[in-house]
Amino acid sequence: MNPIDQFREQTRSWLEANCPPSQRKAIPEGELVWGASDVEFPNADAQLWFERMRDKGWFCPDWPVEYGGAGLRAEYNAVLESELRRLKCRPPQINLGIWMLGPVLLEFGSEEQKKNLLTPMTRGEVRWCQGFSEPNAGSDLASLKTSARDAGDHFVVDGSKIWTSYGDKSDWMYALVRTDAKASKHAGISLIVLDMKSPGVSVAPIDLISGKSAFCQVFFDGVKVPKSQLIGPLHGGWNLAKRLLQHERKAMSKFGEFSLPTHFHLLPLVKQYLPEPVGQSESALVARAVASAMNEHSYNLTVQRMGEEARAGQDVNGLMSIMKLVHTEQERDKFEVLMDVMGYHALGWDKGAFTPQEQAITRGWLNSFALTISGGASEIQLNVIAKRVLGLPDVK
Amino acid sequence: MHLLYNDDQRLLADSAREFLAARSPVSRQRALRDEAQAGGFDPQLWQDAVALGWSAIPFPENLGGLDFGCMGLGPIFESIGCNLSASPLLSSVVLSGSLLHLQGNAQQQDRWLSATISGERRLALALDEQPRHNPSKVALQAVANGDGYSLTGDKYFVIDGVGADGYLVAARTGAAAGISLFLVPADAPGLTVKALPLIDSRNHARLQLQQVQVGPDALLGDIGCAMPALNIALDRGRVCLAAEMLGMSEKLFELTLDYLKTRVQFDVAIGTFQSLQHRAAQLYVELALARSAVMAGLAALDDSALSEGERQRLASLAKWKAGQMALKVVNEAVQMHGGIGVTDELDVGLFLKRIRVAQASLGDADFHCERYAALELAHA
Ligand SMILES: Cc1cc2nc3c(=O)[nH]c(=O)nc-3n(C[C@H](O)[C@H](O)[C@H](O)COP(=O)(O)OP(=O)(O)OC[C@H]3O[C@@H](n4cnc5c(N)ncnc54)[C@H](O)[C@@H]3O)c2cc1C
Ligand SMILES: Cc1cc2nc3c(=O)[nH]c(=O)nc-3n(C[C@H](O)[C@H](O)[C@H](O)COP(=O)(O)OP(=O)(O)OC[C@H]3O[C@@H](n4cnc5c(N)ncnc54)[C@H](O)[C@@H]3O)c2cc1C
Repeated sequence: MNPIDQFREQTRSWLEANCPPSQRKAIPEGELVWGASDVEFPNADAQLWFERMRDKGWFCPDWPVEYGGAGLRAEYNAVLESELRRLKCRPPQINLGIWMLGPVLLEFGSEEQKKNLLTPMTRGEVRWCQGFSEPNAGSDLASLKTSARDAGDHFVVDGSKIWTSYGDKSDWMYALVRTDAKASKHAGISLIVLDMKSPGVSVAPIDLISGKSAFCQVFFDGVKVPKSQLIGPLHGGWNLAKRLLQHERKAMSKFGEFSLPTHFHLLPLVKQYLPEPVGQSESALVARAVASAMNEHSYNLTVQRMGEEARAGQDVNGLMSIMKLVHTEQERDKFEVLMDVMGYHALGWDKGAFTPQEQAITRGWLNSFALTISGGASEIQLNVIAKRVLGLPDVK
Repeated sequence: MHLLYNDDQRLLADSAREFLAARSPVSRQRALRDEAQAGGFDPQLWQDAVALGWSAIPFPENLGGLDFGCMGLGPIFESIGCNLSASPLLSSVVLSGSLLHLQGNAQQQDRWLSATISGERRLALALDEQPRHNPSKVALQAVANGDGYSLTGDKYFVIDGVGADGYLVAARTGAAAGISLFLVPADAPGLTVKALPLIDSRNHARLQLQQVQVGPDALLGDIGCAMPALNIALDRGRVCLAAEMLGMSEKLFELTLDYLKTRVQFDVAIGTFQSLQHRAAQLYVELALARSAVMAGLAALDDSALSEGERQRLASLAKWKAGQMALKVVNEAVQMHGGIGVTDELDVGLFLKRIRVAQASLGDADFHCERYAALELAHA
């Protein structure tokens, strides 16, 4: 047997023995485990699964062993991923540090930074948040203004970040800051990491139309950040940010495979709320719902096709570029249809009057608006497809 | 179920692309239209395609086939779409050939299927009677008579019906609830075939049957029992049409992108305008989704592990998505070409007309949406 097949067999039997059956089902939102200094587990199985994967080094299977990874080469890592998928194992933890910052640190960090920052990530001990967007820098991220002034052995950071997901629960932040106000927009930006407990950092949660949310505005008032926490070259943060956002897209698509917190099957709900025989206006509604379900089916097949093409060594950059757009637009469309299908039952706000599922759908609908904005708004995705994939010309 | 062509199928795709680009490019379709030849396709091209093995692809070796599976038809129909090539591959091989294979007895197969595969004869399926495709609405009557049957009624929209050597005619028999299929030779007394010229300038016919007398050996399978085989054959045809529409749309998209990059107005290429960029990007998305649905439809045709219902659902998804997408792509292609887009000189119009016909053939998007829903809601 060749070593890869051997590894596949070992991995399969290890996972079968060590992944508790309860951890092999889609995760409801409340049961996500976030690696953090004060990590919380919804149940004992989740903790067991977390600890076993951690001790195996499989939070970061393809990272070097010296930083706590398992040192798997790409082809072995692919085997592990496919076995995890096959058994439908939940991710043992969610961690922005590992998915986004980690790969950038591996590529651009100093030896000391790698040791100090990567090792706790591989143990799931630090929760990270992303400090990129600002009130006046959204799609046009490079216009950010939060400043980091040179003060000898440290920077002094002033300004504000917004839409910081889980800013209130995170231990550390990686942030883009302006270190040179005179340079051109893209040339004066640096990437730093900072401890959220630093004096001068304050965090205010933001309520969304869907109610309480995980989003925060973070304020910096004379925050001291040691220069050892600058990642990569001074003023060279924009390239790192682009790299990081590539990892974000990859992570989002991976994340999407596992957790389906807003996943509702449309057609059973149609049957439930629009029992036969339906009237004429209702049959038009059913047709809309079916079209929405068929588009979702086509999307799911596209996810499968992209995976197969990638494994066959084909170029999937084009397909990758549409996934976020399609998925989030379809989700919104689907919730719009559901709102109509469920009628008054979709309009409840206070708990109690409607079923938990109905409440969840109402919140899901409101939340679906955030998804077509975050992580690159739909219009930005269309720009990217038009220019990078289709090669349409830019305005001079 | 895999959503990629395998190596053999990719080779087939390459050879089909080369063959059709050389022998049957879009300009050839334009010439066929201008010659107004009733057959709608070039008989020599068809014989050469047969020599390449196209008519043998989906059939088992013991019947003279290549046992290549229906998925092998996918790359061919994509190329057919891309070049707008006309041929009786769909009508004679995919639809009629499949029905003979699935439902015919040894004698019928011997007489008709072998000749279909060898290209000596061709058959056409006479199914629809209403303005819109719907197999359940077949009304043409077959009355038992002596030891045979007498057929009376009209058929519309018979694909490649002009000049076919025989027809598979769907009919109802008296009290029997189901549909039966009869093999009617073209020269049967009482049968009239009239050309039904459509916008795509291909071969469509209207059949009138006036007490057409057939013997017991004309019946395919048992009386009233043709629906399961018909479903399978129609699904093959639907997915092949979906692949053809995908091929047409990809070609149109390529033409349109070229135009956006080269046409200058307001001192810039019109592809610089964001409103057009976004619409082009949306079309790219639709093409990607449709390709996945078409690949799944093709794979489903050969996947014996799938239930009947699941296969039908995937076939309907493919035809629905490809049809809906193709209309979007071609309508935008016309619009984005501006004034030149509505001229006959531009090939876009030929694609527009063929897409409309392909979309209506064997069930349009609305038909397949309803069918998908019925299959899905049955176990929801
Ligand atoms: C749920 C959620 C979570 C988030 N999490 C984080 C996080 O953890 N960390 C973080 O840093 N940020 C986060 N964000 C911020 C997110 O990245 C920004 O909201 C996003 O980049 C859009 O910026 P904006 O809100 O300022 O909108 P704007 O950029 O002001 O956009 C307004 C509208 O204009 C359109 N538009 C903008 N530019 C163009 C253009 N060139 N062409 C066409 N249309 C255009 C947009 O599409 C949008 O419709 C999150 C946002 C949300 C909603
Ligand atoms: C049936 C018919 C009759 C006509 N009759 C006459 C006549 O009698 N006399 C006469 O002088 N002309 C006539 N015209 C010409 C007509 O006015 C032009 O076709 C029209 O102005 C469009 O120009 P175009 O065809 O060059 O397309 P283009 O301007 O090249 O447009 C191509 C595509 O680009 C889009 N586009 C162009 N600029 C922009 C932009 N800034 N932003 C976004 N999208 C853009 C267009 O909407 C179109 O989709 C006729 C045209 C037709 C089709």
